[in-house]
Amino acid sequence: MAEIIIAGFGGQGVLVLGQMITYSGMIEDKAVSWFPSYGPEQRGGTCNCSVVIAEDEIGSPLVTVPTTAIVMNAPSFDRFEPKVGKGGLLIYNSSLIDKKSERDDIRVIAVPANQIADELGNARVANMVLLGTLLEATNVVKTESVEKALKNVLSERHHDLIPLNMQALERGRAYQ
Amino acid sequence: MAKILMKGNEALSEAAIRAGLKAFYGYPITPQNEVPAYMAEHLPLRGGVYLQAESEVSAINMVYGAAGAGVRVMTSSSSPGISLKQEGISYIAAAQLPCVIVNVVRNGPGLGGIQPAQGDYFQAVKGGGHGDYRLIVLAPGNVQEMADLTTLGFDLADKWRNPVMILSDGILGQMMEPVVFSEDGAVSEVDKPWATNGAAGRERNIVNSLDIIPDKAEKNMLRLLEKYDQIKAEEVRWQEHNTEDADVILVGYGTSARVARSAMELARKEGLKVGLFRPITLWPFPEQRLAELAKAGRSFLAVEMSAGQMIEDVRLAVNGVSPVHLSNRLGGMVPTPEDVLEKVREILEGRVS
Repeated sequence: MAEIIIAGFGGQGVLVLGQMITYSGMIEDKAVSWFPSYGPEQRGGTCNCSVVIAEDEIGSPLVTVPTTAIVMNAPSFDRFEPKVGKGGLLIYNSSLIDKKSERDDIRVIAVPANQIADELGNARVANMVLLGTLLEATNVVKTESVEKALKNVLSERHHDLIPLNMQALERGRAYQ
Repeated sequence: MAKILMKGNEALSEAAIRAGLKAFYGYPITPQNEVPAYMAEHLPLRGGVYLQAESEVSAINMVYGAAGAGVRVMTSSSSPGISLKQEGISYIAAAQLPCVIVNVVRNGPGLGGIQPAQGDYFQAVKGGGHGDYRLIVLAPGNVQEMADLTTLGFDLADKWRNPVMILSDGILGQMMEPVVFSEDGAVSEVDKPWATNGAAGRERNIVNSLDIIPDKAEKNMLRLLEKYDQIKAEEVRWQEHNTEDADVILVGYGTSARVARSAMELARKEGLKVGLFRPITLWPFPEQRLAELAKAGRSFLAVEMSAGQMIEDVRLAVNGVSPVHLSNRLGGMVPTPEDVLEKVREILEGRVS
């Protein structure tokens, strides 16, 4: 069972990234759930979501001890880095987070996601870069499923963005 | 039948429209806003009326009117908004009209906050409004059930001429899970010869909740109670897992039942004999089955996102045969499986009174 927390600023694509993983899991016929933090958040505020991918019926949809945390800004790093379960994975956006994890019981991968997204010409694909890192580091869902999910989640008029998203994903794979 | 990834609030709305919903009246409040948003977008295109009322009081009285006219009708709100609707709900129950009322519960009392909670249990199952009446109260445990129990809710409302409440919470409303809708498009509506929908060619029907002559009012009450007894006999629903050999049975509904399920799985991995009992109908409460499960040497642990409300019904059912404990969080905090497991250990090690 994968219990994932994705966290960052509103507007970084945190919730969409969670939905992409959830949708991909559903395509693979796994049990999936997605739950967003829904406090009085706004663009620029912090937000996070819990994603659970399992073989059987899912219990609590609220992740408290993540097997993986993907954090996109510094406040989220401070909040979730200590919560990752032993043997778990922390992927963080080193473009915006100038910190190092002191933990030796988890795997930590730093990815300059914003820098890579800028190189690709679209700052909004930083989340997909991190998804690429996740897909390479774990087998939570398959890349083909993500491609299918993109076709379903993006409205038809945005389908021209799929190659860019897949490119971002490939760039993220290099960081392990 | 394709799976669709949907929020609970959206799945519930889609199910209502598929069940032949003809009218939705509501007023905005978090965390149920996806319901009116979905209705506003879809219901008018699919043969129904969507109307944002000027207040919750107005919305429930519009429901009263539409239900009296015999159409499938629904309203939705969250805790403080549901409090405002209580007078109308009492009138609808007294007039024996079918409708579905959705409460996506947030933390209270008062204006409280917008986070998930279960503090409206008493209000939903013990009354809420004035007088001796009952709602049929259904508690979904996942997004699929947000849809399925809404469909069932309309059927039960019509079958028993009684308002049905879907008692959900902020997590179930906001979370996304896959949901499958039946493709057959069948709507199981019943004849409503009592409806005030035009009296041409027949005696006029009267829908009313005024009952001013005591001996007549008492007879009407007794008829109502007889109906409630029949509902209790026929409509109790629940689910149980691993209860047969359990030393501790966790009891929870909605989101708490999901946390309890995770706690049960953690406990079983440690070799602790823990089971789960999940009421699906909160009224009628599955008291008979709980009574059967009660025995010496077995404990119950109510898991709630309230100060301990459902636990009273568990205690009534168990009737002193087994001890009943509480594991809860308040204020919009959600219990963790680890919290529940710790309480289980305390019970098994005799560290609780």
